Amino acid sequence: MSVIDAQNVSLTFPTADGPVHALSAVNLSIERGDFVSFIGPSGCGKTTLLRSIAALETPTGGSLSVAGRDPDAARRARAYGYVFQAPGLFPWRTIAGNIALPLQIMGFSKSERAERVARVLDLVELGGFGNKYPWQLSGGMQQRASIARALAFDADILLMDEPFGALDEIVRDRLNEALLQLWRKTGKTIGFVTHSIPEAVYLSTRIVVMSPRPGRISRIIDSPLPADRPLDIRDTPEFIALAHEVREALRDGHGHD
Amino acid sequence: MPRLRLPRPDLGGILPVSTVLLVIVAVWYAAAIGMNARWERDQAARAGTQVSAMQMVGLTLTQDRPVLPAPHQVAAGLYQGLAGQKITSPRSLVWHAWVTLSATLAGFGIGAVAGTALAIGIVHSRSMDQSVMPWAVASQTVPILAIAPMVIVVLSSMGITGLLPKAIIAAWLSFFPVLVGMVKGLRTPDAMQMDQMRSWNASRTQIFWHLRLPSSLPYLFASLKVAIAAALVGTIVGELPAGATAGLGARLLSGSYYGQTVQIWAALFTAAALAAILVAIVARIERGTLARIGHRA
Repeated sequence: MSVIDAQNVSLTFPTADGPVHALSAVNLSIERGDFVSFIGPSGCGKTTLLRSIAALETPTGGSLSVAGRDPDAARRARAYGYVFQAPGLFPWRTIAGNIALPLQIMGFSKSERAERVARVLDLVELGGFGNKYPWQLSGGMQQRASIARALAFDADILLMDEPFGALDEIVRDRLNEALLQLWRKTGKTIGFVTHSIPEAVYLSTRIVVMSPRPGRISRIIDSPLPADRPLDIRDTPEFIALAHEVREALRDGHGHD
Repeated sequence: MPRLRLPRPDLGGILPVSTVLLVIVAVWYAAAIGMNARWERDQAARAGTQVSAMQMVGLTLTQDRPVLPAPHQVAAGLYQGLAGQKITSPRSLVWHAWVTLSATLAGFGIGAVAGTALAIGIVHSRSMDQSVMPWAVASQTVPILAIAPMVIVVLSSMGITGLLPKAIIAAWLSFFPVLVGMVKGLRTPDAMQMDQMRSWNASRTQIFWHLRLPSSLPYLFASLKVAIAAALVGTIVGELPAGATAGLGARLLSGSYYGQTVQIWAALFTAAALAAILVAIVARIERGTLARIGHRA
């Protein structure tokens, strides 16, 4: 059974200049353990789709189910962890305190919090940084801490909205590699918004190519790449061919303008 | 825990500051001579004598009831009031300052709590947002000098006198900066931070304690500094109309009744020093608190 299922989902924002069709007739089903990237130019609705899955936006049409229920029920059941573009760590809390915050809100006991914080800090290779304050860490480390925070309460779904968009390419490569390892280790279902073709191709089992006005899915590409992906897989002909296919799909999407 | 680096005392700042101070004192002396000279000339004309320039300087700076007392007269008056009396004596500025201070602190406390409570209401309730703010603004446009006597008279007719009426006037002035600062402070969390809380299904109470309140602390302290100074002003104004016999305001009033200008100025300087000390204490607590919760200065 699919973890996330969208049937004919649409979302229209009313604005002063008339309605904006952020999403139109989106059909998608994501299986357990998938790593799905959403890629497309700005305004294609990829972030809106992710936010709709997270019940941070409400679709105006169609049906959307997350973990077998409607998205808001899934949110209330804490079915997903969400990683935003910026780390969004609270400056008045230590890294460990930041990661413990959702656990505190969800009512985990103190000992359980400490144990989980230690575990996810190790998972994102930030062991030993728990007592530091956010401003004492680099941007990449802060974003890793925010991923740790999204993992701490062990939701089955991880939604990530351009989490590495603000980082330089070297850091981004390292975090991409770490994310893949983490995904394989935890078996989570990941929805990942990006506008980088290499990032999407490197990470995903499926690539959802989207196009704007109205925001819609123009193609869904299943990756033929093996699960085990060292960074240099990006120089293989399979990788390059797949990246080419994604680029073509993006161009086709634009052709409707 | 980050250590806050305290600014070193800036030795380079002493020279300019003392230069300005010297200039102020010099101008003050000159003004005292100029303003008090008329009375001396009238006296001399009445007696049919002449006053030389040198004599004039000596006379104008030693009058009992000068129009403008000279700095050393004010200093002597301050010393007399602060150190020359038993601190329980009604002539002691320490005693008057304590009377004023206690009402100021009570009013500041009431004002800070009321301002914060209203801000919390405004941030969480749309109807309060629309209904409270205009009234709060209106309350501050009415001159405090008009409000103070009414509060004193109404409360004393109900048998309430002493500290409380003054504290209420102080609170009237001090709740407003806290209200404005906290409404702004509690609204600082951005859309992303609010979405984050929503994604964890946090309740409004949890959002308040974990996000809104810590975000608002820098604003809270900035407005508390304004509020405590305003509370002192409110208290002194509250001491004026009732013909009060205690407090710095009463001291100012009786000084002006009896032409005791030295007494007025001594009370004025005591009030200014008190305000400076109160603001400095709040600033001190601010530094300590913000450093402890990791806000970077």
